Amino acid sequence: MTVKIVFFASLREKLGVDSVDLQISAPSRVSALITQLVAQHSPEWHEILTAENIRIAVNHDMINEDAGVTDGDEVAFFPPVTGG
Amino acid sequence: MAMKSRSSRRLPVDSMEKKIQVQEETFDLRSEYDHLRSVSLKVGAVVTFTGTVRDLNEDESVQVLHLEHYPGMTERELDKIIDEAADRWDVIAATVIHRVGDLYPGDEIVFVGMASQHRGDAFAACSFVMDYLKTRATFWKKEKTDDGERWLTTRESDVAAAEAWSKSQ
Repeated sequence: MTVKIVFFASLREKLGVDSVDLQISAPSRVSALITQLVAQHSPEWHEILTAENIRIAVNHDMINEDAGVTDGDEVAFFPPVTGG
Repeated sequence: MAMKSRSSRRLPVDSMEKKIQVQEETFDLRSEYDHLRSVSLKVGAVVTFTGTVRDLNEDESVQVLHLEHYPGMTERELDKIIDEAADRWDVIAATVIHRVGDLYPGDEIVFVGMASQHRGDAFAACSFVMDYLKTRATFWKKEKTDDGERWLTTRESDVAAAEAWSKSQ
């Protein structure tokens, strides 16, 4: 199973990547994906991805860390929006 | 943009004309106004809002304002925001155009236009869509000033404006 993880704005710049394809063995919660990403990249990622104001969307819907993710899903992490 | 089959207290959302565009190019106010006007002879009020790039933000001189968005999700959020406005007020036609990429002081950033039978609905719907766009639509601004680059953070006043609408439901 592959999940596409995408990052935006200041978060993307802090991590230094705009997207990551993550292999998961079974449908998982977003919190488990974060653990896996931290293990594969660096401990710094934990602080960045779990910062209080970080927003998460799965397939373009806003969700929280408890949401489930499965094969083919797109998970986005981004800071609060500032458009307009 | 696909129309959703959703009912409304006012006009059925299906009958509303929606135009949502995220683009690098600028937009032409006259043609956007003409589009809103032309949708139906029921239109008796057109309210439009245009946001522009200031040369000063928090006392710093802005050289470039870079706008980033999340393609797909942004358009979907804007579509939902317009539907929410149409649930609350009479909306015959709605247009949201938001620019992305590098913008400069004096440039237009965003256009929101609402056409209704009466001005009260058009004013309220336009204001609502802008307030929700500011706090929900996935756009991010980065300023380039004399002192370097910085990502903007959410203004408390914008959050308060959006929350005021949710309390008034």
